[in-house]
Amino acid sequence: MTPTIVPKPPRGWVPRPLRGFVIPVLLLAAWWAAVRFGWSSSPLLVAPSKVWQTGIDQVVSSKVFAALGASLWRDLIGFAIGAGAGLGVGALLGASRLAEKLVGPSFHTLKQISLFAWIPLLSVWFGLGDAAKVAFLSLAAFFPVVLNTFEGIRSVPPDLLEVARVLKFTPAQRWRNVILPAASPSIFAGIHLGLIYAWLATLGAEYLLVSGEGIGNLMIDGREHFWMDLVLFGVFVVGLVGFTLNWIASRIEARALAWRGRSVAQF
Amino acid sequence: MRLHLMIPPDGVATPLDFGIDAKRGDNGFAKASRAAWLRSFADQRLRDWLLAWPLPLAVLALWALAAHFEWIAPQVLPSPDAVALTLKESLLSGELWANLQVSLMRVLAGFAIGLVGGLALGVAMGLSPTVKDYVYPLFKAFAQVPVLGWLPLLMLLVGIDEALKIILISKAALVPIALNTYKGIQNVPTRFIEVGRVLRFTRRQMLTKVVFPAALAPIWNGIRYGFTHAWLALVVVELLASSEGLGYMIVYGRQLFQLDVVLAAVVVVGAVGYTLDKALAAIETRLLGWRKEAF
Repeated sequence: MTPTIVPKPPRGWVPRPLRGFVIPVLLLAAWWAAVRFGWSSSPLLVAPSKVWQTGIDQVVSSKVFAALGASLWRDLIGFAIGAGAGLGVGALLGASRLAEKLVGPSFHTLKQISLFAWIPLLSVWFGLGDAAKVAFLSLAAFFPVVLNTFEGIRSVPPDLLEVARVLKFTPAQRWRNVILPAASPSIFAGIHLGLIYAWLATLGAEYLLVSGEGIGNLMIDGREHFWMDLVLFGVFVVGLVGFTLNWIASRIEARALAWRGRSVAQF
Repeated sequence: MRLHLMIPPDGVATPLDFGIDAKRGDNGFAKASRAAWLRSFADQRLRDWLLAWPLPLAVLALWALAAHFEWIAPQVLPSPDAVALTLKESLLSGELWANLQVSLMRVLAGFAIGLVGGLALGVAMGLSPTVKDYVYPLFKAFAQVPVLGWLPLLMLLVGIDEALKIILISKAALVPIALNTYKGIQNVPTRFIEVGRVLRFTRRQMLTKVVFPAALAPIWNGIRYGFTHAWLALVVVELLASSEGLGYMIVYGRQLFQLDVVLAAVVVVGAVGYTLDKALAAIETRLLGWRKEAF
């Protein structure tokens, strides 16, 4: 290990902030060595430098941006539809016991159907194009948003509602000043989850409804042609997007919930 | 309130819900006799049960009407009785059972591996700061790529055989289990640990009597999430690369434009997912039953 200028590590020979890099660096070294010394003759063993080169090519020719743009655009539209509908349904179920009893059981049964099982049906109903993909994405975002919105509103402390009653709040005031703020951590957690599910569904939709372009199609393409470098680059991009979406969601959450002190919604 | 945060929401009342309702009921009708209260409780349950039916029945009726008058082509929306018939036939011919068995074996094998791996990883990261420092960043990066992101890579590496399915399913289960186990152990309230210290617990006692019981709820939560994810991964991997299993039934029906087969398989996927989830919920009430006394 390279000597680093750190004031005496507490334990072990790697300073704490660098420990996270040890295993990735070792793996990378093993990969490089495997290529360099020809440990395997499989065509799937591509050099790290080749993956890097492919990445550069993809970025320079902006192919990856076109694919990513198409995927993210669908992701965003589907998410907006699904989350919007989810907020409405979740609020209705949360606010009205009758609505919950009428719709709740059907909803909970429906949500048990594994998400991807919908794709073949949607493909018959909406075709293989963007409409089916967007419909699927909105379904993916819909369920977690409904559940968390419902839970959040149902868990508003009754004391708060009592105060609102004493102060003779109008319904609009009650929602704006009491219910929504009290339920917001859970609602944001739902939106966050919805965002993650929508991204997962974006990939799934592109694998299963192979048409048009997108980051998933890029990877499927790479797989079909045994372009390992392209696939690895795709995995990296997918991880990066997932990370960025997570990060944005946490930032918005932290911002919006800053008034509460520490956020309860840790996902 | 806290219970609801810990337990993944599912609308169907569990024995736990009854417990809470029972307490509320007792407060509300302090003077009512126990029998009368039980009766009103049963009425309430019956009413709730009845209220659950109008919506699905209305949808079913609309569906049946749409199919009967052929508002929608039968290739696009087969009639409910066609679906029921297909379901019955595939049940009787054993085709469904065979596929179901294949799927269940896959999901159980993958889940078992993910469970063991996830628990081991989570416990190691939770208990040892050194392990955490080395492994956690890589684990986080690994978790950022969703199951489906790994799929093309794994297809190249291990082909599209059983190994692919098992690996993918175990990855799907591993991440939430490891994460929740780690967080659960990390978040054991400091005062519990302090009590243990005051009592001069050995490390072993500290772990078995303080840390693990306190972390059990989040760990179990992770296990349930893990299972949901494993089931999701099973369906998608069977849709993409399989020649048997429930997912394959769906793809097969879709390719032949036999939507009744597709719908029948979707119903089974939903029913099995529901049953397994309920089984886990039942285990949870047993496993965490001691906690509930406190609320």
